[in-house]
Amino acid sequence: MSVKIDVTGEVVTAYLIGDIDHHTAKEMRENIDNAIELNMPTLLILDFKDVSFMDSSGIGLVMGRYRTLAKTRAELHIMNAPPQIFKILKLAGIEKLAKLGGYSNEGKK
Amino acid sequence: MKVKNKFNMTLTACSANESFARACISAFAAQLDPTLEEINDIKTAVSEAVTNCIVHAYKEELGKIYITAEILDTNAIKIKIRDKGCGIEDVSKAMEPLYTTVGGERAGLGFAVMQSFMDGIKVTSKIGKGTNIVMIKKISLRYNNG
Ligand SMILES: Nc1ncnc2c1ncn2[C@@H]1O[C@H](COP(=O)(O)OP(=O)(O)O)[C@@H](O)[C@H]1O
Ligand SMILES: [Mg+2]
Repeated sequence: MSVKIDVTGEVVTAYLIGDIDHHTAKEMRENIDNAIELNMPTLLILDFKDVSFMDSSGIGLVMGRYRTLAKTRAELHIMNAPPQIFKILKLAGIEKLAKLGGYSNEGKK
Repeated sequence: MKVKNKFNMTLTACSANESFARACISAFAAQLDPTLEEINDIKTAVSEAVTNCIVHAYKEELGKIYITAEILDTNAIKIKIRDKGCGIEDVSKAMEPLYTTVGGERAGLGFAVMQSFMDGIKVTSKIGKGTNIVMIKKISLRYNNG
């Protein structure tokens, strides 16, 4: 399982697990989209704590979910991105689409 | 600039090989004693180039990806990733951030990542012949007293 879904009221949290690349992104996308369709959340939280690697396929995954959520004016938050993932999220300018939280300076401790 | 070590591999252009290619190059680059950030930069750039061969170069066929990596005496790694796929019509346009010919789930940021995470990139391409990417990453020299 590459995604664990948690539903609390109108908030869906998707815990992403492992590497996110073109090979793995499809299954993650299907899992997240199912949860969105089923629960119609007002907020989707993507938690990256257990993501070991991500390339621009992950950016496509985030941007795609942002577009889906925008149709119902739902919000997107990104939590706990490790330093490598934070770097690529910043390069893509994701902070303009989603609130980034929980990353602190963990990698620099 | 001298080549101190070199390896070659040919891979089938299937998506299961994306993680395999990253793992191989990062294991090879380890002899330069890179930082975790440097190794992650290399892995990400390789993942982008290999994925492009699979997604764009060979759309309908299972072609081959040719990868060469060289350790240079300037404490750098030079990586070549080549395909014999469809080629790119306008390379400078393809390299613009957010440009993609495949809508939907592709972000159009593969080349932007390669450019920003590596210290140099050269792309040559010919329609119907294929695409050749050469990237260089310098690895910082670390002196530890331990
Ligand atoms: N190896 C390749 N062979 C053919 N076309 C390519 C290749 N690599 C990249 N391209 C073209 O360049 C565009 C931009 O690539 P990239 O920046 O990685 O974005 P993305 O892969 O998300 O489309 C692609 O959409 C494709 O048209
Ligand atoms: Mg790409």
